[in-house]
Amino acid sequence: MKNSSNETFHLPKLERQPFEPRALKSIVLSSITILSAVFACVPLFSVLIMLIYRGGKRLSFELFYALPPTAFETGGGFGNAILGTLFMVGLAALISVPFGILAAIYLAELGKYNKVAQIARFCAKTMTGLPSILAGVFAYAAVVLIMRNYSAWAGGIALSLLMIPVVMLTAEEAIKMVPQAMKDAAFGMGCTQTQSLVKVILPVAMPGLITGVVLAVARAAGETAPLLFTALFSDYWLRVNEPTASLAVLIYNYSGMPFENQIELAWAASLILVLMVFILNIISRAIGGKKRI
Amino acid sequence: MLMEAQSQQQATKTHQYDAADVVLDCQAKQIFYSDFLAVRDSHVPIVKNKITGFIGPSGCGKSTVLKSINRMNDLIRGFRFEGNVHFHGMDIYDKKVDPVSVRRNIGMVFQQPNPFSMSIYENVAFGLRLNRYKGDMDEKVEKALRGAALWDEVKNKLKNNGLSLSGGQQQRLCIARAIATEPQVLLMDEPCSALDPIATRQIEELMVQLKERFTVAIVTHNMQQAQRVADQTAFFAVDISRGGRTGYLVEMAPTAELFSNPQEELTKEYLHGEFS
Repeated sequence: MKNSSNETFHLPKLERQPFEPRALKSIVLSSITILSAVFACVPLFSVLIMLIYRGGKRLSFELFYALPPTAFETGGGFGNAILGTLFMVGLAALISVPFGILAAIYLAELGKYNKVAQIARFCAKTMTGLPSILAGVFAYAAVVLIMRNYSAWAGGIALSLLMIPVVMLTAEEAIKMVPQAMKDAAFGMGCTQTQSLVKVILPVAMPGLITGVVLAVARAAGETAPLLFTALFSDYWLRVNEPTASLAVLIYNYSGMPFENQIELAWAASLILVLMVFILNIISRAIGGKKRI
Repeated sequence: MLMEAQSQQQATKTHQYDAADVVLDCQAKQIFYSDFLAVRDSHVPIVKNKITGFIGPSGCGKSTVLKSINRMNDLIRGFRFEGNVHFHGMDIYDKKVDPVSVRRNIGMVFQQPNPFSMSIYENVAFGLRLNRYKGDMDEKVEKALRGAALWDEVKNKLKNNGLSLSGGQQQRLCIARAIATEPQVLLMDEPCSALDPIATRQIEELMVQLKERFTVAIVTHNMQQAQRVADQTAFFAVDISRGGRTGYLVEMAPTAELFSNPQEELTKEYLHGEFS
């Protein structure tokens, strides 16, 4: 292909050279990344398949309205544990959502450059790494010992300790994500700090705020350790001043029992707990998907 | 050398204006961001129902001065304004003055179009709702959108999100939002710098219409734009003689006069493109 009159001119090679070392290296490296990504999904799906296989056969309406069976009894369910989990997680959300979001507003807007905000942010970050059992021990000392009883209140408070930092830090990020230009527009129109937050910043940040709350709720719903010290367990329906059943503790208790019926219930409870978290995540994604900034 | 010579002269030359025509009188003696002296000795009178253009090279403080006029800079950490801005016999930097009320009376249009993430209608109604306007909202919204030359393009989709519009339309929406509350002064900080030439032309034509009802001050880095729209032009430059980069007003005069017969050597050089 050389032009005889111009010996120094070479046509560049543009065709693919799949067997050059450069190309081979690239193929190997991208395969490794793809494999790693696929591998990350394996635990989730194996857990799901296992739960559906072991717990699916026990799924029935009875689970939702019946009380746990005694030893050697057949049938039964864990309606009280579902109710207990809902109550305690709900209570924890009622405490942690307003608290966390108000703190996040301070961190992201009012006290942006403030020492107090920096310290609070550091504390929250440390708290996210707090072993959940410590939240239980703390609530045991702070609530159970004072009320002189295990209770749903104590369980809810222990869970809220785990939720607050998650809500706070995700909400701070969500508020920071609101474009500065939009915040400027709000102030430029003559908004007070409160008006700019209520009318402009929080509505735009809302999908992010909801995502953070759902993440925190999902985490709290699955926690066992904090409830072992605070809500304990109960075979009866919810009474808030007394020991309260929860799905997580039910799984913990029943999975170690030597009775076939209880073990099956533990599997079914695991499946329902995972489904609850799964549905919450889908809801948050649906809301988050509407995001537009 | 020349810059140093300039900085020796302490008084800048501002054209004499009839006090009755000046709706807002900005005398910025010194403007700081923390320790950094951003602007010094700049006296800019804003004349009623005219367009005042602020021109000058990057970093000359023209935006800083503009944003000081409605106290937007208060939101910036370390900002300090020395001097005064007279508006209806009040100094808006007086301790008794609430910056929020100042911003409700002196509207602002920003460099980047920044509509709120809400419907076109709600964007325009925003300021009216802030002021608890009780009258016919539809009429006010339509008037503002017509005033911003946007009505015909959006009248059938008022419920759509303001962010769904094109850049030029978004900027006109921001203008509609700003004029809906009928502020006396409208500040515009390089309102066309993010727009294409056609949208720029539309905004410029709009500005000329707006000055019948409002007083406009506009920052632009485009000298032709200043020539096309501004009645008065203020030229700012950067003084690097004292180590920092401090902006100051070099000269202010009616636009035709400033461009045809600048009094200052620095203005002449800038207009002839000898530095930027």
